Amino acid sequence: MKLHNISINNLKRRKAKMAFLTIGLMVGIATIVTLVTLTRSMSSDIERKMDEFGANILVTPQSNGLAMNYGGISLGGVTFDQREILESDLAKIKTISNHKNISAVAPKVLGGVKIGTHDVLLVGVNFESELKMKQWWKVFGHEPKSEQDLLLGSEASRVLNVSPGESLIIKGETFTVAGVLDQTGSQDDALVFASLGKAQKLLGKEGKITLAEVAALCSGCPIGDMVTQIAEKLPDAKVSAIQQVVEGRLKALNQFKRFSYAMAGVVVFIGSLIVFVTMMGSVNERTTEIGVFRAIGFRKSHIMRIILLEAALVSLLAGFLGYVAGMGGAKLALPFMAESKNAHLIWDTAIAFGSIGLALTLGLLASLYPALHASKMDPTEALRAL
Amino acid sequence: MALIQISNVKKHYTSGNDVVEALRGVDITIEAGEFITIMGQSGSGKSTLLSVLGGMNHPTTGEVEMAGVKLYQLPGEKLADFRAQNLGFVFQSFHLIPYLTAIENVMLPLAIVKMGTAAKKSAARQALERVGLGAKLERLPNQLSGGEQERVAIARAIVNNPHILLADEPTGNLDSKTSDEVMALLRELNAAGQTVVMVTHNPDNGRYADRTITLRDGMVVEP
Repeated sequence: MKLHNISINNLKRRKAKMAFLTIGLMVGIATIVTLVTLTRSMSSDIERKMDEFGANILVTPQSNGLAMNYGGISLGGVTFDQREILESDLAKIKTISNHKNISAVAPKVLGGVKIGTHDVLLVGVNFESELKMKQWWKVFGHEPKSEQDLLLGSEASRVLNVSPGESLIIKGETFTVAGVLDQTGSQDDALVFASLGKAQKLLGKEGKITLAEVAALCSGCPIGDMVTQIAEKLPDAKVSAIQQVVEGRLKALNQFKRFSYAMAGVVVFIGSLIVFVTMMGSVNERTTEIGVFRAIGFRKSHIMRIILLEAALVSLLAGFLGYVAGMGGAKLALPFMAESKNAHLIWDTAIAFGSIGLALTLGLLASLYPALHASKMDPTEALRAL
Repeated sequence: MALIQISNVKKHYTSGNDVVEALRGVDITIEAGEFITIMGQSGSGKSTLLSVLGGMNHPTTGEVEMAGVKLYQLPGEKLADFRAQNLGFVFQSFHLIPYLTAIENVMLPLAIVKMGTAAKKSAARQALERVGLGAKLERLPNQLSGGEQERVAIARAIVNNPHILLADEPTGNLDSKTSDEVMALLRELNAAGQTVVMVTHNPDNGRYADRTITLRDGMVVEP
């Protein structure tokens, strides 16, 4: 017979009351686990989708130029003191303090070339990073693999009248059309894409790039900070953020997060109240029993240990069950809450241990006063009950 | 030297504006090995005296000295430790813990003692055998008769070999036959050297005692 035997036996005897207590706390923990897991899974889903949306930071040369385009119709620009970015400088982007948030850097060189009788805008790209960034591209044929391979926009393919596998001659050099893009409805439809190195040679811009797109997206990414950090590394470049979409979505997610935390707070409060009221009721019911314990020589600390151990055991069970129920709830709710059907539930051991730890902390804190109350009981209560 | 020395003990309770004088200057001396019954009518102060004697109820004035220790001068939880080591209690309503078996109830005072589980079990078994319940170790209180529950309560009170056994109306809830059996058991324990102080309102129980102290209105009338 040890103190914990008393606690365990009491829990066994008061099954209904302890089940109520466990369920009360479990519901609180389950709600928190569901909300936190849903929020994290949705964040992850949005991050992934944001990566698919492409770049959100644009690096262009500093200029005094004013863009002259409206509604997609370009009238050229007035440019003074045009500068260019050295390709080698792009490596500096990976040295910023938030470099871990950068998922891809896609440099581009632009220039006009004549193909047959047509003037075409040639875009030199790093196909690997470009394809990673523009996951919505649908390539007919195959993706370019060698320096002599080209990728054509749908409109360019139509105007130049070439299909995948056919050849094109640019500045006397023969290239193969590896693939043609499905219509995107964007400027990409009219472009001819070549490998960066080859395009630089054709355009006479070796080692230089016209612009670079940077994909750096995750929930809570400090995009503004990253823009500043890149601008500091590339003083001759103009760095700007494409933020509207990101901010809109993150704002919505943050609102949901705040709502989740507020709701979790209320549920935790109610859960704690249930624990407090049930433990207080249990202590009051056991006045005589506690009086007997004190009469036969139990110290106040012994009484506290018995009560708190009961609370701890119930809380641990509630924490475990709450985690399981919460994850089940999140799994059921995610398809209705997430933007995409293939959103994945995030299983995190930190949440598992966190929920058990939270249940334990709440259970013990809510039982502290009842335990103190029990320990301070006058032992003569037992005799008075005669 | 007396085992228990109660000197000029007064106990006042305040109830609203009224002051109730439960004990009004009680002086009692009890020697080791004595069997004492404390008698008196309801409200005479018997139970208050027993709780003061048991180190559970601070007297308003006066002193209680037990085995050379001034009980109410013990600091903090030392008084609880003193009760655990020196006193055994038997209550009128038995006050067994309903969710513990007979042997677990008897082991209760040992829950706070540093002893191996086997030794605790052995001590509890011996105590139960001593009160004649060696065959009902695993019964829950509600599976035992009133007399058997009282025996378990007595076994619980003696399991830690206390100096003094304090019993408050131990036969109050029992029929006359069972009462006699319980009283005979207490007498038997006393014969084995156990000091017993018992509160009772039943004059018949006085015949088992060496001495009877009668209280009236918080004062000893027949020392």
